[in-house]
Amino acid sequence: MTIPILKLDHTLIASLQSAVMDQELTQLLDELARRVGDIEATGVVLDITAVDVVDSFTLRTLIDIAGVTRLRGAETVIVGMPPDVAFSMIKLGLRLDGVATALDLEGGLALLADRSASGDRSGSEDADAR
Amino acid sequence: MHDEERIVIASENDIVTARRRGRELAAEGGFSGSDLTVIATAISELARNIVAYARAGEMTLRVIRRGDRSGLLVIARDEGPGIDDVSLVMQDGFSTGRSLGLGLPGAKRLMDEFEIASELGRGTTITMTKWS
Repeated sequence: MTIPILKLDHTLIASLQSAVMDQELTQLLDELARRVGDIEATGVVLDITAVDVVDSFTLRTLIDIAGVTRLRGAETVIVGMPPDVAFSMIKLGLRLDGVATALDLEGGLALLADRSASGDRSGSEDADAR
Repeated sequence: MHDEERIVIASENDIVTARRRGRELAAEGGFSGSDLTVIATAISELARNIVAYARAGEMTLRVIRRGDRSGLLVIARDEGPGIDDVSLVMQDGFSTGRSLGLGLPGAKRLMDEFEIASELGRGTTITMTKWS
């Protein structure tokens, strides 16, 4: 199974399934890095509404995706973090520093629109100070 | 109602199976809400550790009772290389593999009880419990 990637103007959107496999995530990283160039994407939205668990590997890969796509010129926003998953991540000691988040897909797209309107294509520090 | 389950951990698919069954057993044992995700996350980290360092092992998940409280006991057992210095792997940020080095200390923070027994060349057994 590969994670489908949707295209909306210059934004790529991927929704992670409940029990996402390591290999699917690694594939998604490669695929997004490539597709960002193909469509000259300026934004990537990763929807994790359905995921059951974010453990250290999942988080590592999400951070890698944000880092790689940023180097390719596209900002990544993670949306739909379930409250229980957020709670467990913090207890586990995992942080998503430097990666933008929004409540849902709508919020993620709005955030990306704001950024491209203001010409802000900078990195993590600005994302934190937002 | 099944109160105990044994799961062979040998691939990344087994990691997902273990945390899913852990969540189901915990729900049967009376856990709810964020506790279910907390337990599933801790199980995921331990199972991941087995696959990464020992290649294979097994996990036992069991609903236990103490007085009027119920708990979920998780035993992760492998016959891998073992851990040389347990206090070192329990430090945040220590990792010998491709991870964030938060697996074991993180799992400990998620659960109520946590114990490691390890012998070099023999393997590692981690026992952890969450009380409802």
